[in-house]
Amino acid sequence: MFWSSVLLALRAIRRNLLRSFLTILGIVIGVGAVITMVTLGNGATQAVSEQIASLGSNLVIIRPGKRLGPGRDEAGSPNFKAADADAIVAQISALNAVAPVASKSVTVVYTAKNWSTTITGSTDAYFTTGNWRLAAGRLFTDAEQRAGKAVCVIGATVRKELFGEQMPVGDQLRIKNFACEVIGLLQSKGQSTMGMDQDDTIVMPLRTLQRRLTGTQDVNTLMVSVQDGANTDRIMADLRLLMRERRKIAANEDDNFSILDTRQIADAMTGTTKVLTMLLGAVAAVSLLVGGIGIMNIMLVSVTERTREIGIRLAIGALEREVLLQFLIEAVALAALGGIVGITLATLASVGLAALMQVPYVFDPSINLLSFLFSAAIGVIFGYFPARRAAQLDPIEALRHE
Amino acid sequence: MNTVTADPVADDVPLIEFCDVTKTYGQGEAAFQALRGVDLRIDVGDFVAVMGPSGSGKSTAMNILGCLDSPSSGAYRFRGVHVERLSRNQRALLRRHYLGFVFQGFNLLARTSALENVELPLLYRGEARAVRHAKAREALAAVGLDRWEKHTPAELSGGQQQRVAIARAIVTHPTLLLADEPTGNLDSQRSHEIMELLVDLNRKRGITVLMVTHEPDMAQYAQRVVHFVDGRVATDRRNEERH
Repeated sequence: MFWSSVLLALRAIRRNLLRSFLTILGIVIGVGAVITMVTLGNGATQAVSEQIASLGSNLVIIRPGKRLGPGRDEAGSPNFKAADADAIVAQISALNAVAPVASKSVTVVYTAKNWSTTITGSTDAYFTTGNWRLAAGRLFTDAEQRAGKAVCVIGATVRKELFGEQMPVGDQLRIKNFACEVIGLLQSKGQSTMGMDQDDTIVMPLRTLQRRLTGTQDVNTLMVSVQDGANTDRIMADLRLLMRERRKIAANEDDNFSILDTRQIADAMTGTTKVLTMLLGAVAAVSLLVGGIGIMNIMLVSVTERTREIGIRLAIGALEREVLLQFLIEAVALAALGGIVGITLATLASVGLAALMQVPYVFDPSINLLSFLFSAAIGVIFGYFPARRAAQLDPIEALRHE
Repeated sequence: MNTVTADPVADDVPLIEFCDVTKTYGQGEAAFQALRGVDLRIDVGDFVAVMGPSGSGKSTAMNILGCLDSPSSGAYRFRGVHVERLSRNQRALLRRHYLGFVFQGFNLLARTSALENVELPLLYRGEARAVRHAKAREALAAVGLDRWEKHTPAELSGGQQQRVAIARAIVTHPTLLLADEPTGNLDSQRSHEIMELLVDLNRKRGITVLMVTHEPDMAQYAQRVVHFVDGRVATDRRNEERH
């Protein structure tokens, strides 16, 4: 009985090629759209996570002011001093490096070319906290840092704009009114998550920047790199206590600085892309629904013809369950074929678009399964249930169906 | 199911026996009594034409005879088996093994070749592919369509479609062939050809034929004509001489 039902179902599919094709098309579009959208969204999320990782892992940033971002209250929030960084190193364990950072925007000149960039003043620790690698040259010596020598390490963008292909190490840049020797070239890190060019940078010893450019002892930011496996929450609590103590904040006063770690930034950023993925998925779910409605229409339109067909089959002696089995097999075969084609096309489209958008291709089995099951369910429900109703009719009624 | 397939049946048992069969559609005020107590007996090998105006109950009687429908009261014995006591599935199996149907509207499967249409009942009987093809070809040859087995209904004339339908009805070698206005959609010449085919099947294969018609010309081909009026058998006579 099963094999004759399979044969009957395959014959019915062959007999109604156009209807079968349209049914499959509905499933293909639904499955394809959802899988492509969600896969690309997942790829974008992963791309963002990777960019955040390039900031440096386990990084804790301390800045003056109660909170970050617009409306930051800096009144009554004094800057840090280089001594704060030394105090952290001395009093808090399980740290890789602590870098006091000050920066200033300037125009630098090399021969006839000039370039506006940001100069960061810090210590060697800065390269550790920021996950920087040297492409050429060397980092600062202790003597250079102590004496505030006019030396600098430049990023890939500054090198490209001022030196082109030429090797910059050993050359002299002109910054405002002094000459500064390039001693190192940083490896490129590319764009940051916010779209800023991280390679557009010049790093010099903190003391050099303070003496020659800002003219103050201020440090804007303290960057703390925590050792892998260390308890970041505990360290952040310790840092807070230490800073409150050093900044002489009374017990009933709020902090006048803020501490946050890159994990929080990462969570916020990936949260954003996850919301976007869900949004894309929702849009695609609409197309899945539209595809489903298409399948439904085709199935319902053919109900009249199929009802008569069921009447014929019943009249010549088919059992109700044989008719139902045939229709079920037919619906399942169409849904499965549509699902397989949909998943194949979605995979090709996702791989292609991911390459185009420069995001990684991330295979998500759950969304493949989910969209496939959804379309298949629509195909089976609207292919099978009208047939079931027809098969329960008296053969005469089914034959008379107009 | 052994009650249905119990073989052989004693000679004196009629093929069909209706005892005070009634059929009521609807309930209460809207109830309509299509059959008001029909007694009918048909023996093996007979060729019966059922006539009557529309609404006389002839189609209802036909549907009950064809085990497509059940009587509201009374008894219907087919080869001595009480059909009114059978379940839906048992009636389907009875149709599968003993009955062949020919309809006014042909009722072939669209976009399906004549051969596949004819072998459909054999598929439900679970026959092997080679047997199906051989029997279906034989049945098509019997109705004179041996060259048309690849054609779909849309490529065949009305008369040819009805021949395919007859081939489908006889492919299982049924005991009883039920034809519901088999010539209703055909012109005069095709009608006579179909009737001659039915007479031929009745005579040569011994298939009992029961045909509903409202054309007296067609009823002439039968050995016996039963007239229905108002849900009852009005007249039941034998034709003096067959065409």
